[in-house]
Amino acid sequence: MFDMISPQLVFGQLLIGLINGSFYAMLSMGLAIIFGLMNVVNFAHGAQYMLGAFTAWVLLNYLGVSYWPALIIVPIVVAFFGIMLERLVLKPLQNLDHLYGLLATYAVALIVEGLVRQKYGSTGLPYGSPIPGGVNLGFMFLPYYRLWVVVFSIVTCLGTWLLIEHTKLGAYLRAANERPDIVESFGINVPRMVTLTYGLGVGLAALSGVLAAPVYQVSPSMGSSIMIVIFAVVVIGGMGSIIGAIATGYMLGILEALTKVVYPAGASTVIFVFMILALIIRPNGLFAGTGKS
Amino acid sequence: MSFEKAPTTAMQSGAVLRVENLSAWYAESKALHGMNFDVREGELLTLIGRNGAGKTTTLRSIMGIVRKRTGSIKFKGDELIGRRVYEVARKGVGYCPEERAIFSSLSVRENLTLPPVLQKGGMSDEELFKTFPNLLRRAGSQGTKLSGGEQQMLAIARILRNGSRFLLLDEPSEGLAPVVVKEIAEIILRLKTQGFTIILVEQNLRFARRVADRHVIVEHGKVVDILNAAELEADMDRVQTYLGV
Repeated sequence: MFDMISPQLVFGQLLIGLINGSFYAMLSMGLAIIFGLMNVVNFAHGAQYMLGAFTAWVLLNYLGVSYWPALIIVPIVVAFFGIMLERLVLKPLQNLDHLYGLLATYAVALIVEGLVRQKYGSTGLPYGSPIPGGVNLGFMFLPYYRLWVVVFSIVTCLGTWLLIEHTKLGAYLRAANERPDIVESFGINVPRMVTLTYGLGVGLAALSGVLAAPVYQVSPSMGSSIMIVIFAVVVIGGMGSIIGAIATGYMLGILEALTKVVYPAGASTVIFVFMILALIIRPNGLFAGTGKS
Repeated sequence: MSFEKAPTTAMQSGAVLRVENLSAWYAESKALHGMNFDVREGELLTLIGRNGAGKTTTLRSIMGIVRKRTGSIKFKGDELIGRRVYEVARKGVGYCPEERAIFSSLSVRENLTLPPVLQKGGMSDEELFKTFPNLLRRAGSQGTKLSGGEQQMLAIARILRNGSRFLLLDEPSEGLAPVVVKEIAEIILRLKTQGFTIILVEQNLRFARRVADRHVIVEHGKVVDILNAAELEADMDRVQTYLGV
């Protein structure tokens, strides 16, 4: 069977795996940051990713704002939406069982997706590549934009990891994850920190959405379809583990792509088979206890 | 510094903290039933009483960690009831909890340097490591890998960084070996000598009488007696009756 596999196919799939893994890593990292500090399973994360892509599309088509400024503007705009959501919906629920936060964010996801579908329909909308062309490596054609996505996501993930693991702000976040009352007793405004952290997580989702717009079709369901994989990534990596989310995101993207090479029918399920195995072997996640946000 | 009885000459220049008719609740369960006491500038006051008497709740209520409260807590004339925990801290109140709350995800150095400097007079990192040399030796270790005594020192050292001059110390001697308790007592006496005002929750009467100026006896969420150091020495039987010793 392996004699029939061409290098072009393997490297092509590997690139797709890296691209998908980039989105898995960035989205699951945001989810892990939010869960780590707030213990909220943010079901609206996919909708916030979709909002990022749609906002970029709206900016381009209605206001003529191109991709590059959108890369900065969109995360800020959608993070502001996230901050409002945290203030109005999540804060009143913070002392209740975590299930309420999960249900509330799930409801928000359905509402946002429904509203966008109502306005723009279900079919995907095209978003042109801001870096056209590519390079022929001999064994495969590498589009420049996809290379940009991989590099940008690696830099973003590393930057966020450094922020959380090696800065004072990150130390506050990690400490507040353990004992918010004690961190607050040091004079730190923890409620504001929680709000801004949610904004950061949502901003990362929106940033992923802008990155994804030229790769995938911009559609209302783009968030909900990726969310189930993102949850698997976070569970496998270890709930709340930043480094776990990043490493597992890339790993599963590549695993999924390579499965397409050797057994295409199993590509959509291999992640969940891996999740079950990981849960049996290490129920707290492969990276539990390392790099907790 | 030797382990000897604290001087009882606190600068009694008026109450820096005044607690009046303080009641507090955990959900529907009432834990404090109208506490009344005050703390003077530079004084070391202990709250002593049996388990569950309301000593820790009193500290947590002053700090604002217990939110459901009635009555009045005035710190330097400002009402603390209704204020958030971080606002109380920014007024110059430091809190060291009973369970020490050392962060497992942070190193000793990170734990120590976590509190921001809020007011003038906070100890620099160098001063803290000079005062607590054990912590310097273990600076790179995970905070929770320290021994109980070292963790207690870290918990106390941590709140000296932000410049708070009013300290709430919850059972710093709990679960520690006598030799470590002696070290902790020396540190607390040194802080008192440096002019810190301290409320100390203690069940260890021997520890409390060596360091404190006054003792507030708490029973069932109420203040039942307030004794100065001399009165306590003169009437130990009465105190031991309160404590059920």
